[in-house]
Amino acid sequence: MGDFLIVWQQRGDVLEGLAGTLGLLVVSAIASLVLGALLTPALMSRRAAVARLATLYVDAMRCAPFLLFVYLIYFALPSAGIRMSNWWSGAIALILYNTAYMAELLRGAWRELPSSMIESGRAYGFSGFTLLRRIILPPVFTSAMPMIGNQVVQIVKDSAFLTIIAVTELTHQMNGIQATYFIPFAAFITAIALYWAICLVIESMTGLLSKFAEERRA
Amino acid sequence: MNAFDYWSISRGALATVILSLASIALGVPLGLGLALIRWAKVPLLNRFVIGYVSLIRSCPAVTLTLLIFFALPQFGISLDPTPAAILALTISTAAFNCEVWRSALVNFPREQYDAALSFAMPRALRFRRIVLPQIWRASLPGLVNEMTLQIKSTPAVAVIGIVEITRAALRVGARTYDPLPPFIFALVLYGLIVYVLIKTQRVIERRQPVERRA
Repeated sequence: MGDFLIVWQQRGDVLEGLAGTLGLLVVSAIASLVLGALLTPALMSRRAAVARLATLYVDAMRCAPFLLFVYLIYFALPSAGIRMSNWWSGAIALILYNTAYMAELLRGAWRELPSSMIESGRAYGFSGFTLLRRIILPPVFTSAMPMIGNQVVQIVKDSAFLTIIAVTELTHQMNGIQATYFIPFAAFITAIALYWAICLVIESMTGLLSKFAEERRA
Repeated sequence: MNAFDYWSISRGALATVILSLASIALGVPLGLGLALIRWAKVPLLNRFVIGYVSLIRSCPAVTLTLLIFFALPQFGISLDPTPAAILALTISTAAFNCEVWRSALVNFPREQYDAALSFAMPRALRFRRIVLPQIWRASLPGLVNEMTLQIKSTPAVAVIGIVEITRAALRVGARTYDPLPPFIFALVLYGLIVYVLIKTQRVIERRQPVERRA
């Protein structure tokens, strides 16, 4: 139990790591969801070239392990003359990687959408971006909500990889504490418990949101 | 990048494949065992499996690997990096496989089970002859999907010093000061491994004719 006491004494560092993970999570979840929603129409595009390009991007991301992509952003972009901090490299890697997954799962929900809905939207004079925003995206988002929740949990798990490029997040801070005080068990168990708590909160939030959406539709 | 660099990244691919295969070979039956515990609603174990799956599904692979490699020696069990990596990957994949198997078990038609029961088949035979062949077929896409995810999470074990594809590519990049080519080559290797897996799934599916329902 003494080991956990040491972790408690270092709670400043732990909270800093937790705040880092949550910051990365909020920024990349919102950004990848928005970018994914913008990429989905490209995936569904009738123009073959646009659709093929978008599909190529999504498939490349789905083949690459996240860590490889992080290295690509962290090491290869600077040699192309683009420099940024570790935090931004990590955040951009999370955003670009998860954008592909978000776009793919939104596409899945979109294909399930009855075409009569879109046709009646067109009949009422909706077109282009307004059609997308008012008619297509709301039901797509509500039906994809559980899968979006899963993907957000995936973002939490991916963010732990960023310890390798020394971003201040939960696993990184805990590894630091572990290495200083030689308390690996207490440190990593605390980290895992905090990750669990984050994911339970995400799951209950998506549950609440889908319930809210159901009530609004009814 | 010279021939030696290509060779060293390919050796990394061998490590990735071996680690993935070992954890899949252990994790798939383990997942089935866990799913059966939940299906049979074994009193205490049932709760334990629910907790295990929920915990592991939200636990990053990196953190789990660090925990196993650094914390087990505190309890007098010290593992080399390779067994520690296989253990971490198995623990995580078993939780996901459990969910795949369980959804197949939940959807298994009850009347077939009852019919087998009325023919007085013993429990083990009932499972082996009636349940397993069908849930195996229903779970295969989900299991292969999880295997591809598993291959993509193997770079997590690089934190404890195992040289697999990603780390081998990083080393080559650090030596040549040109990180792009080794990463592209690594990406191609990952693509190949995933492609082989998906192809294997197609072949297995073709060899098992789906029975026609009237």
